[in-house]
Amino acid sequence: MPIYPLKETRQSPQSQTKAFSWLKDNLFSSLSNAALTFIALYLIYLILPPILDWMIFDANFDLTADNDSCGREGACWAFIDSNLKMFIYGFYPQEELWRVNTMFGIIIGLVVFGSLIKKSQYRAHYIIGAFLIYPIVAFVLLHGGLGLEVVETDKWGGLTLTVVVAAIGIVASFPLGILFALGRQSKMRVVRFISVVYIEFVRGVPLITILFMASVVLPLFFSAGMDFDKLLRALIGITLFQTAYIAEVIRGGLQAIPKGQYEAADAAGLSFMKKTVLVILPQALKVSIPNIVGSFIALFKDTTLVLIIGLFDMLAIVGAATSNSSWLGRDTEGYVFVAMVIWVILYSMSLYSKKLETRFSTEHK
Amino acid sequence: MSELINKEVGEKGCCEIIEINALNKWYGDFHALKDIDLKVKEGEIIVVCGPSGSGKSTLIRCVNFLEKFQEGSIVVDGTELTDDVKKIRRVRSEVSMVFQHFNLFPHLNIIDNLTLAPIWVHNETKQAARDKALQLLDRVDIKDQAKKYPNQLSGGKQQRVAIARALCTSPKIMLFDEPTSALDPEMISEVLDVMVELAKEGITMICVTHEMGFAKKVADRIIFMDEGQIIEENEPESFFKNPESDRLKLFLDQILSQ
Repeated sequence: MPIYPLKETRQSPQSQTKAFSWLKDNLFSSLSNAALTFIALYLIYLILPPILDWMIFDANFDLTADNDSCGREGACWAFIDSNLKMFIYGFYPQEELWRVNTMFGIIIGLVVFGSLIKKSQYRAHYIIGAFLIYPIVAFVLLHGGLGLEVVETDKWGGLTLTVVVAAIGIVASFPLGILFALGRQSKMRVVRFISVVYIEFVRGVPLITILFMASVVLPLFFSAGMDFDKLLRALIGITLFQTAYIAEVIRGGLQAIPKGQYEAADAAGLSFMKKTVLVILPQALKVSIPNIVGSFIALFKDTTLVLIIGLFDMLAIVGAATSNSSWLGRDTEGYVFVAMVIWVILYSMSLYSKKLETRFSTEHK
Repeated sequence: MSELINKEVGEKGCCEIIEINALNKWYGDFHALKDIDLKVKEGEIIVVCGPSGSGKSTLIRCVNFLEKFQEGSIVVDGTELTDDVKKIRRVRSEVSMVFQHFNLFPHLNIIDNLTLAPIWVHNETKQAARDKALQLLDRVDIKDQAKKYPNQLSGGKQQRVAIARALCTSPKIMLFDEPTSALDPEMISEVLDVMVELAKEGITMICVTHEMGFAKKVADRIIFMDEGQIIEENEPESFFKNPESDRLKLFLDQILSQ
């Protein structure tokens, strides 16, 4: 019988340069792949130059230009510049804009401070405290009261409104979604029945219908004096809608948890609450991160639907701004600008989701 | 005081810590456990073996009520297991379990896996729980891995962590549900060594296992189960030398001829 000695490990051979082998592996690995590469290049050639021409090379960057002197070959960025305040604040009163800025400033400050105290043992207290107190501060700043002049919600608009609606929708629907996801898994039949009916009913209805219901049908149930705010109604509708989707996403995560985890937690004597909070939810939420964020991204885009109940989010502002006689016909600039802003926000959310996934990863690295 | 004296006398205690009477369990129509009677004394080491599907796992999972049963009674350390959640939790706080697939919590590092139950079930302080956890990790020889996550450890180490986690609540009874069946062969002995050490310390143990070497070495009694019944039980020596039932003879032939 022969005996084979252990062999030395050595590096893999590198006959080609890195760039060349990358091209070969990724773009030209087979005939069909090569064909697709060329088709894609041709499409890029068709699409990209006209866009760049319009946005940059033929565009007028003179911010003092008006609609007539701007020219029609390319974009007129003066339109964006002179309407920027409207895009950001909607019809919020000029002299009160500092309140919106303060509100955004505080949240940025809170986030930055939170990331600085990552190691602190009081971080959880800080986060919970911020979550409880900040909404009140933000509401007082934005809406008024306590000595500040009241700004009715129909004056809110633009990016401010978009962010406020999306943020409240996200923050409110998340815990509710968790409850309904747990409810749908519950052993108590009544709880499970209510959860299933709620989730399936809401998921079977488009958001636009829910918003209509909230703004037109809901007031019918209240006596005349009890009419409450249009924005609040929209928020309730959006939250109810989003809750059902988040619940389903989290239920998917719950189903991915092996039975052994429940058994280990039970065997250790943990109560249902402790088992859920300490063992099951952290794991379920972790696997759901991509879908949760995906759902939030969808919500952010859906906030544009508040237009139909008469609220002016950033997208609706484009229409308002271009119906002003001095900027007639500049819709394209407006929509491109709004698209870019929304893309930046959504792509940041997407990147953040990836970061969260790596942070919570406990696999081999 | 009487407890203290018992411990000093040292012999497998006077008292029964687990009493199972006429236990019957069905999964739907399948009769999984048939009239099981079993009494375990404090400090006793019981090994349960038998072919797969014979109900051995189901039996020990009834002891901490991971499985409900339809007939019969189980009394663990004076507490009878009923649907009463408080009683179930009291029993579970005294009984720890080690699973075939470890079932460590993958989102927590090793030390947090160990301290979860002491902190949240037994209301120990974080510091006390940590100190104890580190001692136990030292005992199972993986103190240096305390900050790692379960998935970063080999199967053998994960199972040793699981044993340490089970011990962390100072249980009176340890249940082992095929603790070495999911391990690569070269890792089985490291887990068995820990279990042998444990057996010497006088904790009550019920082990479902196919490791007959382990059974010979530490068991006070070996129980053979087939088709949901206890077929035969005996002290290790007679169990292997003079099996009485044909089924046990066949089982031993199969398992020892490997």
